[in-house]
Amino acid sequence: MYDGGKIIVGLIICLTFFLTPVFFNLGKAAKEPDPKLTVKAKEAKECVRDKSYMTPSHFSLLDEWRHTVVRDGERYYKAENGKVYYKSLQVTCMDCHSNKSTFCDQCHDYMGVSPYCWECHVEPEEKK
Amino acid sequence: MGVNRRSFLKIAGLSTLFGLGGKAAMDIFVPGELEAKIKAVPLTEGKRWAMVVDMHKMDEKLMDACIEACHHEHNVPDLGNPKEEIKWIWKEDYHHSFPGQQHEYIGDEIKHKSFLLMCNHCSHPPCCRVCPTKATWQREDGVIMMDQHRCIGCRFCMAACPFGARSFNWGDPRRVTEVKELKALNPDFPKNTDYPTRSKGVVEKCTFCTERLAKGQVPACVEAANNVNKNALTFGDLADSDSDVRQILRKHYSIRRKPELGSEPNLFFIV
Repeated sequence: MYDGGKIIVGLIICLTFFLTPVFFNLGKAAKEPDPKLTVKAKEAKECVRDKSYMTPSHFSLLDEWRHTVVRDGERYYKAENGKVYYKSLQVTCMDCHSNKSTFCDQCHDYMGVSPYCWECHVEPEEKK
Repeated sequence: MGVNRRSFLKIAGLSTLFGLGGKAAMDIFVPGELEAKIKAVPLTEGKRWAMVVDMHKMDEKLMDACIEACHHEHNVPDLGNPKEEIKWIWKEDYHHSFPGQQHEYIGDEIKHKSFLLMCNHCSHPPCCRVCPTKATWQREDGVIMMDQHRCIGCRFCMAACPFGARSFNWGDPRRVTEVKELKALNPDFPKNTDYPTRSKGVVEKCTFCTERLAKGQVPACVEAANNVNKNALTFGDLADSDSDVRQILRKHYSIRRKPELGSEPNLFFIV
């Protein structure tokens, strides 16, 4: 191999460069999300749909809500148990889940998603 | 061999029969149920909303109260700069409200009076025709609605609206809570925590308070006016010939802004 030394040194430099993020974050596993329920949410015991749907797909429901509310003017949601909810992230969802930082943000930060809902919709003030 | 011609025709015939008869059968056994299922009926179905401003009963103070009520309800910020102004409802003099209808001999009472203006919710809205994303459109009840989720901020609607009823967010409206000079103008913004603010780069305007209409309430400005002078602002259904607005319009002569443009405004002024 011609210029073997240079190639190997070059390879090592490249590898180190590409692996810096790995070394940088070694042993610093992101904290697993731990969404907490408020007292009010706990007492309610039920959400508009069951947890197995809400955890992975709440955004689909919210997307459907915003579409039907704004565009079709249908502002009420009938849950499976017959209970009727006012379709509103800000008024209905955030009424129970008034702890955005310890509920919503937990998973959103972990997953690296930043939904722009709160650019407009007012989040409840949290007591520190 | 899948389906032969004979059985295909049979299936086609039967499905046509069911298609024709199905709806009729539903209507007989469970009247209204089908429509309700297809379309979760909004409370405003079959309406045609309009507003009448009685200028005899309006004064500056009452107009300010209406503006305050609206801007409080919808978290409209005061940006202290006319170039960036966000307005849903505002005051304007006769000359600028009704250009082409003024002349030099009009009495001072009208000439120097402010008029209370807002979106006209036109029957033929030019703003909706130009919107490339359908972020603004005409609802069945005549309200010209805005979908902030869909607005891309192209401002075609602002160019199309002959009444200046639309405002653009040049910056994030929530900056009023951060910038020092604006903080004083907007104490405890956003005031209504049940209503969103807007974001940078979207157009906004009066929506006839659709969120209140859905609850069976009148718009915020009308409620504020009613608290002081019962008939200064009247909101109602043009489709109902006995409604308040229709009765008032029958009884009094009314004018509209720039009727010659053919956009058919639904905001009437009694002068």
